Amino acid sequence: MTDPDGGRSVTELRAVPVRHPGRWVGAAAVLVLVAMMVHSIFFSTTLRGGRRQRRFELHVIGKYLFAHPVVRGVGLTIELTVCAMAIGIFLGIVLAVLRLSPNPLLSGASWIYIWFFRGTPVFVQLFFWYDISYVFPRLTLGIPFGPAFVHYNANTLVTPVFAAIVGLGLNEGAYMAEIIRAGIISVDEGQSEASHALGMTRMQTMRLIVLPQAMRVIVPPTGNETISMLKTSSLASAITVAELLFSVQEIAARTYQTVPLLMVASLWYLMMTSVLTTGQYYVERYFARGALRELPPTPFQRLRARVARRGRPTAVRA
Amino acid sequence: MVRAQGVRKSYGHFDALRGIDLEVAAGEVMCLIGPSGSGKSTFLRCINHLEKVDAGRLEVDGELVGYRQQGGRLYELRDREVCAKRAEIGMVFQRFNLFPHMTALENVTLGPMKVKGVGKSTALERARALLARVGLADKLTAYPNQLSGGQQQRVAIARALAMQPKLMLFDEPTSALDPELVGEVLDVMRGLADEGMTMVVVTHEIGFAREVGDNLVFMDAGAVVESGPPREVIANPRSERTRAFLAKVL
Repeated sequence: MTDPDGGRSVTELRAVPVRHPGRWVGAAAVLVLVAMMVHSIFFSTTLRGGRRQRRFELHVIGKYLFAHPVVRGVGLTIELTVCAMAIGIFLGIVLAVLRLSPNPLLSGASWIYIWFFRGTPVFVQLFFWYDISYVFPRLTLGIPFGPAFVHYNANTLVTPVFAAIVGLGLNEGAYMAEIIRAGIISVDEGQSEASHALGMTRMQTMRLIVLPQAMRVIVPPTGNETISMLKTSSLASAITVAELLFSVQEIAARTYQTVPLLMVASLWYLMMTSVLTTGQYYVERYFARGALRELPPTPFQRLRARVARRGRPTAVRA
Repeated sequence: MVRAQGVRKSYGHFDALRGIDLEVAAGEVMCLIGPSGSGKSTFLRCINHLEKVDAGRLEVDGELVGYRQQGGRLYELRDREVCAKRAEIGMVFQRFNLFPHMTALENVTLGPMKVKGVGKSTALERARALLARVGLADKLTAYPNQLSGGQQQRVAIARALAMQPKLMLFDEPTSALDPELVGEVLDVMRGLADEGMTMVVVTHEIGFAREVGDNLVFMDAGAVVESGPPREVIANPRSERTRAFLAKVL
């Protein structure tokens, strides 16, 4: 190496960095707001009925956070979410495939379904399923316009939980159909052509080539839908399903501690959505294989790498 | 191997093919050249029924493409039957169309395992041999986007060969490649031709057509303008249109 500068061709620059006074002002304002919030939640008091009480009654949260009816409500909320999403995803795949069918009757039926269920409030739909026995007192299994095999009493078959799962699931199907359709049409046509050229049938092409690639587009909004469903399932409280919101409201109706009990419910919803968000991250990572040249490390892997670097003896580092 | 008689294809009012008569014998390499929009690719895609023929007869290995003749009537083939025929014809695309969510090895084993029901160990063994043959023995577990264009196209050729086809179709296999990488793909194709594979190649590589092709067909505006032994067609084109085209690409 022949370097005229003696191995140091680039001199280090020393300069005064640009100051950002606006950022400092903004940060100070945020700090004040945070301080006010912490104070009002944890330290301030208020007069209620002539008695001085903690403003947010945090001790009540601790008392009911793991109370038996609340935990049972959490379980039912999870059950509603899982079942409704399962119905929604299955229905969504069917509706999306129908919508892409060349047969106008099939694609039309799918279009009408989506139009109807997206166009009416899910709250209204829930009440409809809850009151289904008013329209169909007897549900019959048999040949259309022909003989019947079995009869069910709608009142005993359609329990509130059943009505909630069906209502949420059918509504979700309409949204999932559009998400899945978007995923399917996002896959390059050359992919199906290459698959057909290999001699794979339409079904095989859809299952092995198109859907796995469509997943990259489908997963993020589906995660969004799942999180949304977790919270939307609270509407089922209106049709007497004892899920999380219903359970805390029932306690609040007895104790009049409405606000802390709503905070109990909110804490649970937050915890559950946090778990779902983490899950979504890993599912997305799985379907990104082949799409990114190299997968970025997970936060956990990054942490481990950092710890490993720390642990190395200093002599090696130098 | 391939026989076309008066093959026509139109999209709405646009006639993509206006009566193609061609014959490709077994073991022959036929190169199709012509300006873009002349119908070369459309014709190629008709051969494995990716496009439906509107009129005329198109036969592969003595059997009609996409239809069955019975008692003087034509019946459209079912999805399964079309697939069974396609499985005997390999196709290589301009844009490779490898399956991006699968490794090179998985791309090559998929067809034999899912379409022909070949066992996994046999399929893997053959795929390794094929990938080694196209010079990619060290890229078995690479995903398509970790490979260069030339490497991807060689995987695509291996994927088509894994089905042990009796006919190979190439749709401008080098048009999407960097000039530097064209050679490696043409080398693989030359090797295939030397082994006696029947090939129909849509290409702009006149040099390849001259050296490897047994027959050269010049198409324009959906019709065959001129055909014959490549050296003859290139050296003494009979038609004015062929001469004008060759003058531009040579």
